[in-house]
Amino acid sequence: MRHLLNPLDFSTTELDKLFDLANDMERNPAKYAEICKGKKLATCFYEPSTRTRLSFEAAMLNLGGSVLGFSDAGSSSASKGESVSDTIRVISSYADICAMRHPKEGAPMVAASKSGIPVINAGDGGHQHPTQTLTDLLTIRSLKGRLGNFTIGLCGDLKFGRTVHSLIHALTRYENITFIFISPEELRVPDYITEMLQEKNIAYKEVIRLEDVLPTLDLLYMTRVQRERFFNEEDYIRLKDFYILTKEKMELAPKDMLVLHPLPRVNEISVEVDDDERAVYFKQAKYGVYVRMALIVTLLELELPLN
Amino acid sequence: MLNVGKIEEGFVLDHIKAGESLAIYHHLQLDKLDCTVAIIKNARSNKMGKKDILKVECDINLLDLDVLAVIDHNITVNVIKDGEIVSKKELFLPKEIRNVFKCKNPRCITSIEQELPHVFVLADEKKEIYRCLYCEEKFNKKNL
Repeated sequence: MRHLLNPLDFSTTELDKLFDLANDMERNPAKYAEICKGKKLATCFYEPSTRTRLSFEAAMLNLGGSVLGFSDAGSSSASKGESVSDTIRVISSYADICAMRHPKEGAPMVAASKSGIPVINAGDGGHQHPTQTLTDLLTIRSLKGRLGNFTIGLCGDLKFGRTVHSLIHALTRYENITFIFISPEELRVPDYITEMLQEKNIAYKEVIRLEDVLPTLDLLYMTRVQRERFFNEEDYIRLKDFYILTKEKMELAPKDMLVLHPLPRVNEISVEVDDDERAVYFKQAKYGVYVRMALIVTLLELELPLN
Repeated sequence: MLNVGKIEEGFVLDHIKAGESLAIYHHLQLDKLDCTVAIIKNARSNKMGKKDILKVECDINLLDLDVLAVIDHNITVNVIKDGEIVSKKELFLPKEIRNVFKCKNPRCITSIEQELPHVFVLADEKKEIYRCLYCEEKFNKKNL
């Protein structure tokens, strides 16, 4: 039995297979509409996350399965003091697969070690959010046609943004990728990431001005400056609007550059950019459902329909 | 001058920083072993001024002392057999440390689930970096 706890749990070959399946699900939804009939997904969300939870639930419903679960710790037995280990043992007898979000880092790993069913890490604190990374990779692969041979700009909060850290790690497994880190000094990418890139001899550059590098990018990954990561409200207010991608700035970008964003977006992308065909963040959310569908089917080891 | 007798088989941990012997006694979980242990505090030392010494009488295959490399690599481990020092044990950073240190990351699952073992895995031997098994928070051996 396999789990997904870390974005690097799957090899690149396994990911290719997963993404091929996700693309087939996108093209032929009817073919998979009943593949999970009789199967149940438990969404154990110890902290609220509407987007990720609904994406998992939509994925399971698209596959003909059912969902059950809770959406915050207050409505679970955790509020009575039950441990994650005990909860997952119980859930294992109710459902066939579990997606778990927990504010404490490593909780899904603890669950997986005691679980009788596959566990998917749906985000654990500031640690990992592997299905977001898989979503990002599938979006790039589907819309760019390749994972590798491109220059990607990552912009915004590169210090605290776990989606960015996971994506960088995942992309280092592909060839000929140049990273351009665009952030204010206070939100620079952590040293351990740049040290890792240096060790692997992967090209990267750190800049402050987005406009300077926009013409050189194949992909631009925007992120939100998250209020909850700051101890000081003043710092948050000063940095939250540091980058705003506007229609004017998009004119500097190549015609085939794609703009990605894990969402939710606040101010960092002006709404007028939404109409630009290079803005693919809403498509990205859709790919999030397909990749979760493929993941559920893969972890449940279901036999794929022939046609 | 206090005299503590020789041991027949076991270890003499010498050059322990003065005052640290009791902490090491607990780190090595000697309280759980049914063997003779002498804890000598504030012994005179030419090199250190004052030092602690631990004498443990036990089967030399019984104790895993590599955790001492994390706690203080200056400690000398003398291996005793038939009442004599037969070798000085070289200490290597253990691949895994279990239930010796607690993870200091307040966001780690071990901060709320008390029954979980605290496990650190050696991530980089050269830089002496350990990571918590659960949250993967990085700790230099000095910060553990």
